[in-house]
Amino acid sequence: MARLYDHHTPMSNRRSPWLTLVSLLVYAFLYAPIAVLMVYAFNSSRTNIVFEGLVNQGPCGPFYWFCRLSNNHEVLSAAGNTLTIALTSTIASTIIGTMAALALQRYHFPAKTFSEVSLYIPIVIPEIVMGIGILVLFSALFRWLNGALSLEGDRRLALGLGTVIVSHIAFSIPFVTLVVRARLHGFDKAVEEAAMDLGANEWITFWRVTLPMIAPGVLSGAMLAFTLSLDDFVITFFTNGPGSTTLPIYIYGLLRRIITPEVNALSTVWILIVLIALLVTQWLQNAEDPFRAVRILARAFSPLFQWLRPGR
Amino acid sequence: MNILKRLRDKNSRRGLWLISPTLLWMIGLLIIPLILVVITSLGQRDPDGNVIYTFSVNNYLRLIGYSFNAPCGDTPPPCFDDLYITILWRSLVLAFQTTVLVILVGYPLAYYVARAPARWRNLLLFLILIPLWTNFVIRVYAWIMILRSQGVINNLLEAVWPVILPVYTVLYNLILSPLSAFLPLHLSAPGAFQPLEMLYTPGAVLVGMLYEFLPFMILPMYTSLEKIEPALYEAAADLGASAARTFWRVTLPLSAPGIVAGTILVFIPVMGTFIVSDILGGRQVILVGNLIQRQFLDARDPTFGSAASIILMVMTLIVTIFYTRRFGFGEEIASA
Repeated sequence: MARLYDHHTPMSNRRSPWLTLVSLLVYAFLYAPIAVLMVYAFNSSRTNIVFEGLVNQGPCGPFYWFCRLSNNHEVLSAAGNTLTIALTSTIASTIIGTMAALALQRYHFPAKTFSEVSLYIPIVIPEIVMGIGILVLFSALFRWLNGALSLEGDRRLALGLGTVIVSHIAFSIPFVTLVVRARLHGFDKAVEEAAMDLGANEWITFWRVTLPMIAPGVLSGAMLAFTLSLDDFVITFFTNGPGSTTLPIYIYGLLRRIITPEVNALSTVWILIVLIALLVTQWLQNAEDPFRAVRILARAFSPLFQWLRPGR
Repeated sequence: MNILKRLRDKNSRRGLWLISPTLLWMIGLLIIPLILVVITSLGQRDPDGNVIYTFSVNNYLRLIGYSFNAPCGDTPPPCFDDLYITILWRSLVLAFQTTVLVILVGYPLAYYVARAPARWRNLLLFLILIPLWTNFVIRVYAWIMILRSQGVINNLLEAVWPVILPVYTVLYNLILSPLSAFLPLHLSAPGAFQPLEMLYTPGAVLVGMLYEFLPFMILPMYTSLEKIEPALYEAAADLGASAARTFWRVTLPLSAPGIVAGTILVFIPVMGTFIVSDILGGRQVILVGNLIQRQFLDARDPTFGSAASIILMVMTLIVTIFYTRRFGFGEEIASA
């Protein structure tokens, strides 16, 4: 009887070949542009309109455009800015968002409804509205402060890394909160009460009981914040200033001039780094100790981070 | 009195302490900026490009077609100019088209992944996510290489043209040419290969939007499709329902929350985005996002740009509120 059951194919696993075909086509649609992008990174034509053959120039051979990239100071400083912004805003928004999730899920306080509504606003309004809002705010604020404190020259407050980071924190908080709340939702409060009954104070309970249990949620929230920040174009576009160009902004700027295969090489490197990071986190999230992920990631990224620092 | 009492409560003090940084950020970088945008939209621009704070609805009147200074064709001002109304309408239509297209293309894949054997499911899902994590700007850029007149599609077509040409000639002579007497077909006679002009057309923008936002629709649809008990399909089949009937009466209604969540995740950003239309549409396809961006950067009229963003926000909010009232705000957004 058991054997019979093993061979029985449930209806849910029977799929039509048409569905498989359509799915394969959609996957092809998703990957074709990325493949094209990567192939053109090895183009010998500088204008990069037609693929004229494999580039084979200089000491790097087919990786000519990649080598040029590694000598490009603008790219390196943009990469450094992108990582600085993403890391700083991820850390800040993860802490703030986790606090908000705890507050909303555990406590009752006067401004609760207002907080919940305000956290939904960035999700339901177009990003461009938020972007120009922040631009209007900072330009008004800086004009007033520069006048009031009579700041001159270099000391004048202007758009830059600081404004970008602060804005990225703003749009990341709601997403972190959402993810951590989802994790807290299915979490048995009795475990915390048991810890308190056994004499742990609130801090110890938080660090030893609550945080380890919600850690996967916090980590997913942080991952989400990090990718949102890396990918962001619109908010950064309106809040960056001289010296705080990020990679997406830099690539967008290049698109309006001549597009050399260097842009493709840059995109290829970006895609490969993201892919490796994804695989690593995927592998780490399956690990037993969720904090191991953070430690290993931090260790893995620190040399890269130092290497990419603009002032190097 | 009540609030003071609640504030003294330890529980609510702790809650307020935990929420305070969030409130600081949300008020400082969301609510105050939005209020400032409303105030700016009611102002006027002086000849130097500075904002004069007034209380005038002129910017809104301009958006709905009232022209104060510029003539509309032969009519002297004030007159009706449909320039901005057309842009708003185009954005709305394009957002609807994108959403429908994304649902149609994404649903089969979401269904396929949800019904795949459990050990494959994560990998298949991961494959959908990877393009999402490659940068937004990079993804649009890839389409330039594919669509332009010497791009990948035209090169491929040119390569297979010797094969296509005889087929097309036969088709053209036997069917298409006689048909074009009755139907408005704009077909060129068979001959040497001529590249298709695809870049800088509304179609290119639509394809770009589809590509950018497909994963945002697939993920929530997958989440609700995956929740459906396989037993339900079997029950429907046992009770004699055909595959089509099972789909319309079981699968589709149960996956509706995912479609609703996906629609919100796709419709709102499509309404406001300006990169896709900027890069793939050139000067041909101007959306409200491009309008706002240009007012803030090139045209230097923040007051008009602010008014346009308020209109954009109101338009998306109306659609979202209608949607959430009608179908509920799915948990799927959180899981996506």
